[in-house]
Amino acid sequence: MKFAIALFAPPHAPSSRRALRFAEAVLAGGHQIVRLFFYQDAVHIASSLPVSAQDELDLPAAWRSFVTEHNLDGVVCIAAALRRGVLNGEEAQRYARASHNLEAPWELSGLGQLHEAAQDADRLICFGGD
Amino acid sequence: MAKSLLLICRRSPWSGPGAREALDIALAGGAFDLPISLLFLDDGVFQLQPRQQPAAIQQKDLTANLQALPLFGVEALYVARTDLDRRGLSAEHLTLPVTPLEDAALAALLNQHDLVITL
Repeated sequence: MKFAIALFAPPHAPSSRRALRFAEAVLAGGHQIVRLFFYQDAVHIASSLPVSAQDELDLPAAWRSFVTEHNLDGVVCIAAALRRGVLNGEEAQRYARASHNLEAPWELSGLGQLHEAAQDADRLICFGGD
Repeated sequence: MAKSLLLICRRSPWSGPGAREALDIALAGGAFDLPISLLFLDDGVFQLQPRQQPAAIQQKDLTANLQALPLFGVEALYVARTDLDRRGLSAEHLTLPVTPLEDAALAALLNQHDLVITL
């Protein structure tokens, strides 16, 4: 089965950890993830700047490894990300910001990617909505 | 055939960017000609209240985004009547032509759609 997964809550929200465990289970079960879409406060998951204590789960890092290892399509909503200070090099340059905090495997794109994934997939699973 | 999406808006208009960002999902879907419906639920019904003065708190008027919905082909607009009643709002005086639904009809609305996003 093809899954599209959308995340809406910040990295420290329980739903963001559950989303990762769900995504792992999807692949372990032999299913496919057509796209991960990070919207609203979930854009912070894609930031390379959060620092966790050594004995605590570093969720942004765990997501980054998971997406990289499985070569998944990890899309971060560009409007939501810019608003919250999550920028890649290109956007930092465009808006004359001194630094950036979004790197591969993450990709900035628009809400059309959420709709496209939801249409493509057999199931859209959302984490962290109200 | 395109899958239908029901977007459930539960956030009050000035509680942060959430309300506007939920509407943006609807507008983006409308731009792709996808079948989108909106349900205003819980504090989300406050988005429909007329004569708001967001400039007083340095916010942009959400009404303009709401009124763009029909222009983007998003015309299936619903509101939970119980939530209007609880907040002292009247279905007759809202900024958009929304269909008020009783609680029993909400479950049917969810069942009618292929996809649901709640924000």
